[in-house]
Amino acid sequence: MGRYVLRRLLIALPSLIGISIVLFAVLALAPGDPFEELATNPNVPAEVRANLRAKFGLDDPVALRYVRWSAAMMNGDWGFSFVSRIDVDQLILQRLPVTLFVIGSSQVLALLIALPIGVYAATRPYSLFDQIANTFAFIGFSLPTFFTGILFILVFSIQLDWLPFVYRSDIAETGWRWWWEHGKQALMPIAVLGLFQGASWTRYVRSAVLDVIRLDYVTTARSKGLGEIAVVVKHVVRNALIPVVTLVALQMPAIFGGAIVTEQIFRVPGIGSLLISSILANDTPVIMAVTFVFSCLVILFNLLADLLYGWLDPRISYS
Amino acid sequence: MDENGLRQLIGEVKRGRVTRRQFMQRMVGLGLTAPLAAQMLAYSGIAQAQAKSAYKPTKRGGGGALKVLWWQGATLLNPHFAVGTKDQEGSRIFYEPLAAWDPDGNLVPILAAEIPSIQNGGLAADGKSVTWKLKKGVQWHDGKPFTADDVVFNWEYSSDPATATVTIGSYQDIKVEKLDSHTVRVRFSKPTPFWADAFVSTRGMIIPKHLFETYKGGKSREAPTNLKPIGTGPYKFVDFKPGDMVRGQINTAYHEPNRPYFDTIEMKGGGDAVSAARAVMQTGEFDYAWNVQVEDEILLRMEKDGRGRADIVAGGNIEFIAVNSTDPWTEVDGERSSAKTKHPLLSDPAVRDALNLLVDRQAVQDHIYGRTGVATRNFLNNPERFRSKNTNWEFSVEKANQALEAAGWKRGSDGIRAKDGRKLKFVFQTSINAPRQKTQAIIKQACQKAGIELELKAVTASVFFSSDVGNPDTYTKFYCDLEMYTTTMTQPDPQVFMDQFCSWQIATKENKWQGRNISRWRSDEYDKAWRAAENELDPVKRAALFMRMNDLAIEARAVIPVVFRPRVSAVSNKLRAPLSGWDIDFWLLKDWYREA
Repeated sequence: MGRYVLRRLLIALPSLIGISIVLFAVLALAPGDPFEELATNPNVPAEVRANLRAKFGLDDPVALRYVRWSAAMMNGDWGFSFVSRIDVDQLILQRLPVTLFVIGSSQVLALLIALPIGVYAATRPYSLFDQIANTFAFIGFSLPTFFTGILFILVFSIQLDWLPFVYRSDIAETGWRWWWEHGKQALMPIAVLGLFQGASWTRYVRSAVLDVIRLDYVTTARSKGLGEIAVVVKHVVRNALIPVVTLVALQMPAIFGGAIVTEQIFRVPGIGSLLISSILANDTPVIMAVTFVFSCLVILFNLLADLLYGWLDPRISYS
Repeated sequence: MDENGLRQLIGEVKRGRVTRRQFMQRMVGLGLTAPLAAQMLAYSGIAQAQAKSAYKPTKRGGGGALKVLWWQGATLLNPHFAVGTKDQEGSRIFYEPLAAWDPDGNLVPILAAEIPSIQNGGLAADGKSVTWKLKKGVQWHDGKPFTADDVVFNWEYSSDPATATVTIGSYQDIKVEKLDSHTVRVRFSKPTPFWADAFVSTRGMIIPKHLFETYKGGKSREAPTNLKPIGTGPYKFVDFKPGDMVRGQINTAYHEPNRPYFDTIEMKGGGDAVSAARAVMQTGEFDYAWNVQVEDEILLRMEKDGRGRADIVAGGNIEFIAVNSTDPWTEVDGERSSAKTKHPLLSDPAVRDALNLLVDRQAVQDHIYGRTGVATRNFLNNPERFRSKNTNWEFSVEKANQALEAAGWKRGSDGIRAKDGRKLKFVFQTSINAPRQKTQAIIKQACQKAGIELELKAVTASVFFSSDVGNPDTYTKFYCDLEMYTTTMTQPDPQVFMDQFCSWQIATKENKWQGRNISRWRSDEYDKAWRAAENELDPVKRAALFMRMNDLAIEARAVIPVVFRPRVSAVSNKLRAPLSGWDIDFWLLKDWYREA
């Protein structure tokens, strides 16, 4: 098991290097620099911008810049943001708690919706409950988050005036008021992300359970007199979960990507909005760092999914 | 209007026949900036009207939280590194300049005890120095006194190329010396008519010497105060998350009585302009939103909710069409639109005149921009028309047809005019932006009626406005016949603004298309007038020179102005926030308060 993990991690290294080269090259080829705004301001002489570019090493050849960046990265130095002139790791750490909270809660919400509904619908296929669940799931994953986000804002903030739609990471309250305010503002972004994800997972869970529930061993379990709950939970769900786990694990990093739009709409100061504003400002070190973290997450969650298989299905072993 | 006309008009202001405000409006209408107009009056001995402060609160604090929304959050809080307005605004909460510009273009002292003038001996007669007297008893947020040393230090800090400041342009050519603990003198190498650049407004915010002294030059990035500002402003620093949130709390030792009103300030960043306007005008979650570039129709609808209003401040942004003087379709020495060529069709004045007649500015205002884009004959204006009070620019398909007919452009069987086998066909580009595409369509329709065919082209803004040398679609390369964009004239002095028609500013391959003269129009007379204005100390003569330059460029139709674009902010109905088109939104943050 340990050797398997080690081997997988070693294989991941070249792919990470490859990813970083591609990312770096694409960013280097893209037009513009972080000081674009200076160019349109006639009060700033063109030399100022040229000097800044030279000082931050933007005029050096791409290969040299890449080597410099990767050498620094090895030493744990993520570089500094050209726009804020502060260290990138500091910027990311500031944003991480909010992203983890919002994304984490929405994933939990999605699972809380998808698992019970999916399983229940599969045990009673084509019943009224199944039909309704299917319809809602279909609507849920057909509506993109930017649409539902704005819809929620229009209904709950503007029409009903119940919830705030600007997310603030610093709330100047203490005690239960802080929790109340925090819950209120987090409700909409979490619901938007969670419902979207929950809808598509419901359909996966349903079809996975449906595949298993008709197998002979389930009939055997029933015929030996096990209760329905024991059959479903212990025999059906455990086996049905294998494809679902892959899906959840592989979608984890993508959720960070999906959150970019939602974070922008609700002004959630998470990693996604950091990425967007850095891209708009051509802040290469930050874009590099964030996208690199994303790619690390993809590889990590792939590994995690594989390890979970072994736990869920004893037939799969990595020794 | 020439120099004599100007002097007459100033005389009438003196005699009280024309009010100060009317004079300002006329000057701005003539393409001058309000600060320059104010300078003319001050020079002519008309005292600056004492700005009446509308500030009502009678005690410091007690106003609760002020929550403002910037859809682009501040990314750093050192004014010398502030790349964009957002950063300047964030810094301005904590730092202050010696003086700021009010909406009428007057200088208002902030950290200065008074505004230097010839009368009070602040301005040298030879125009080579200016003496600033500093306010006494001002404290930094950490309790240290603010003195002349701090001001001198800011010059040293910014003018050092190793510090890599963006304000270096304002400080590198001056010398600053301390006369006594609260007086500094700024020396210029040559007579300088516009002296209020260093230490003034956005580029003049003063940072404390005692905290930045060891971080001058190459180590500038390591200063802890870069992220935890300690200034003299009305609010003290609490917390900062780049791109997201700036928080401050009341400075109880602020140097003006009864100010500030609010106990805390929160500047939230991110999102988009429309929802920012909503958060102020519909849900009331925030008190103020910066730069809400939203269609007027939407703003009007939001205002109906009764929680907030759109505050529209006249600045100097102008949406205009640049007319290419060179040939964009022939390559010379590896570049198109080379200054060595001449445009085959647009070099005919009749064609330029016709185009000018075919831009229906009123329709553009009425149907597209509303209050946020006022039809203008401005930018570079025709004074004749202005004096005759005939403020209407002309839109006439008929006259355009006549002009073209008279110049020998005959309609072909396809309805498009041609002469010597060359058809009147142009490519007209702009950045992708709904109002711009609609404007393009309006102009295209009118041109069709006059027998001119326009091919419309829209380029993504990030490419159009980039300085990417490799991309043919940037606005500075101008590889087409006509293009439309906005130019900003928020800087108080028109000297830099007007260099966009100087022949040495023509954008070429040689200067990597960084030259500011995009239309590539050139005129020796214009160049001469510009150089004369650079060192002309008499503001009246100088203003006349600028007007002459305006005339030259407009008569040649180097550009066709479309609409004038004021700055729009969303303000809660109870908030009193004095705004100025010649400075940033927070120029007078100390005077912001909420009405009961």
